Amino acid sequence: MQVAGLRVQYLEAGAGAGTPLLVLHRSTGNPGWLPFHEELSGGGRTVVPDLPGYGQSERPDWAREPRDLAILLHRALDHIGLDRVSVVGLGFGGWVAAEMAVLQQQRFERLVLVGAPGIRPDEGEILDQMMMAFEVYVRACFADQSAFDAEFGEQPDAATRELWDFSREMTARLTWKPYMWDWRLPYLLPEVRTPALLVWGGEDGVVPRSVGRQYRDALPEARLEVVEGAGHMVEVERPPELAALVRAFVA
Amino acid sequence: MFLGYFTERPYQDPEAGISGAFLTEGGQLFAPGDAPGVIDLGTSNGLYNPRVAHQLYNRYLDEKVYAEEMGFDGLMLNEHHASLFCMGGAINVEAAILARITKRAKIVLLGNVLPIWDDPMWLAEELAEIDLISGGRLVPGWVRGTGRESVAHNAQSPFNWERFQEAHDFVIKTWTTDGPFRWEGKHFQYRYVNPWSRPMQQPHPPIWIPGTLSKNTLRWAAEHRYPYIMLGGELDAVRESFDYYRECASNVGYEAGPEHFGYVIKVHVEESDDQAYEVGRKYLQGPSNPFIEGNQGEVRQHLQSLPGLSPRKGDMLPMKRDRAQAKARGVDTAEAPPKEEKPRVPQAERDFSGSYDKQIERFNIVVGSPETVIERMHHVVETLQLGSVFLWDGDGAMSHEDAMSSLTLMGRHVLPAMRQIGDDLNLPGPYDFDPPRGSVG
Repeated sequence: MQVAGLRVQYLEAGAGAGTPLLVLHRSTGNPGWLPFHEELSGGGRTVVPDLPGYGQSERPDWAREPRDLAILLHRALDHIGLDRVSVVGLGFGGWVAAEMAVLQQQRFERLVLVGAPGIRPDEGEILDQMMMAFEVYVRACFADQSAFDAEFGEQPDAATRELWDFSREMTARLTWKPYMWDWRLPYLLPEVRTPALLVWGGEDGVVPRSVGRQYRDALPEARLEVVEGAGHMVEVERPPELAALVRAFVA
Repeated sequence: MFLGYFTERPYQDPEAGISGAFLTEGGQLFAPGDAPGVIDLGTSNGLYNPRVAHQLYNRYLDEKVYAEEMGFDGLMLNEHHASLFCMGGAINVEAAILARITKRAKIVLLGNVLPIWDDPMWLAEELAEIDLISGGRLVPGWVRGTGRESVAHNAQSPFNWERFQEAHDFVIKTWTTDGPFRWEGKHFQYRYVNPWSRPMQQPHPPIWIPGTLSKNTLRWAAEHRYPYIMLGGELDAVRESFDYYRECASNVGYEAGPEHFGYVIKVHVEESDDQAYEVGRKYLQGPSNPFIEGNQGEVRQHLQSLPGLSPRKGDMLPMKRDRAQAKARGVDTAEAPPKEEKPRVPQAERDFSGSYDKQIERFNIVVGSPETVIERMHHVVETLQLGSVFLWDGDGAMSHEDAMSSLTLMGRHVLPAMRQIGDDLNLPGPYDFDPPRGSVG
């Protein structure tokens, strides 16, 4: 699929009469069809794009902020004919989802943000991946290190490292400074009437829980769920649990 | 032959343990031999002692003045940020002082880190003032900087190369075009470009480009006919890189000569070879540049290889084979397993002597009596066909006395001999043969 002259790649599976689900990946890129996607697609059509500039989707050289990706993704959904979806944004993908909702909330039946940055934390700081080696950062996204090992191996392979390296460059193009937040977003969120679920890992060491509360307070129809014991990458540490939360909320 | 003097101006503080090989950690003083090495971008400036820094800044300025007295043509300054091994965070300040307290030598900046300037107009003004105060002795050189510079000034690393090029174009236009004019660029915009200070040297001061690894910087320098100053490296790899410059020059229609090629090399001279060998060890001790193989400091690779700062694959110079340097620059992050997680080996258990000897063998470090140094430098300038050589001394754990005695011997013996070698081998420097115009200066 082409959007603004750029190839946008996506994976999809599942079918059904319900509203399709759009899943937006993290700043570290999407390694492929994950168990979490599989769980979701059991409940209906699930579409997982590579965000523009990540993975197999071409880089918009001109893009400077997540809102640019949000605009491109809306046009991508127009092309696929997905007029109405629910969206699940994971980490940085959650920020992009929030920007999409600000731009065109009519498209969304439900909004799920999992450990999403995008707002300057009232308390604490967002862990800065630019200041640490890939493994150190991704390991910090896990409460349970054996879950990291199971997903990436004790020593991640070259393909994984390359995905992280490539993704990080795009992330640095979009949110170098301020890092992982936008001054304007909290002022625009109160206009978003879409019912929203905010999910935070109880042990999220990347995006402070205060950001979850700030999203909840800014969005008129939102609630915050905490998955106790999980880190930042809830979808990898607790795929069935997160999928169940999402499916119950969007059903 | 153009002969320059260089020291990286390390922060040496014996009381805090930052001298020679030692560094405190968490306020704890380590016994000699037990301290960890300096960790790049990993040392709090809580350790900083302004009284020590006051002495060091003035020491290094004094050494520059003496270098001019001893006959050097150029006094080179470099710039790093948040770094123990180089106190030159604001080199234009040092350059401005040298402009006033020296009389004849060129003040060679290798160089200002262009991409980290959010306001390159300010840079254009500062450099113009230095050129004016010095009576037209400034040689601005511009670099893209390592990751530490981007981190320290929070410059967006993926746009490093674009910002370098645009800042260059802007500064040159600012110097060469009558104002006022507007600048509507991709990264910089100005509604009124009309600085009152303009450089003394017309149309603008000569630009030299230092570097080590990035092929596109080298190609860009060749296309602009700017002399390229290689900051160390293996002789074979440097020669191949210079061949690439020649190839790029020929593609744009000129023949590159020695006046386009410079090299920075560690040289320390004492009366005897034995003495020089012992003092030369100090290059690898203390807060000296952690890029250098065998150095006791440690580079944090992920910070050097910030996203998009340098190409991850391909488009690298042959210098890449100089693996220690390539890794220090962080050019192969995606392939290499993480480095910084391994436990640090206590100082006492590390063996740096092998590396020191290897570097001497490979001409990365030249130490000896004047006779020995002259003979070895003959080999270096002949192999690389150099028009400029910068002798890098007084670094690491070397004292002021080490630097001064070496400078004296350089002035008496080494510099005159090297000039003769340059003449014998017909190696014109950038002031003998004007690189941009290709004419005799």
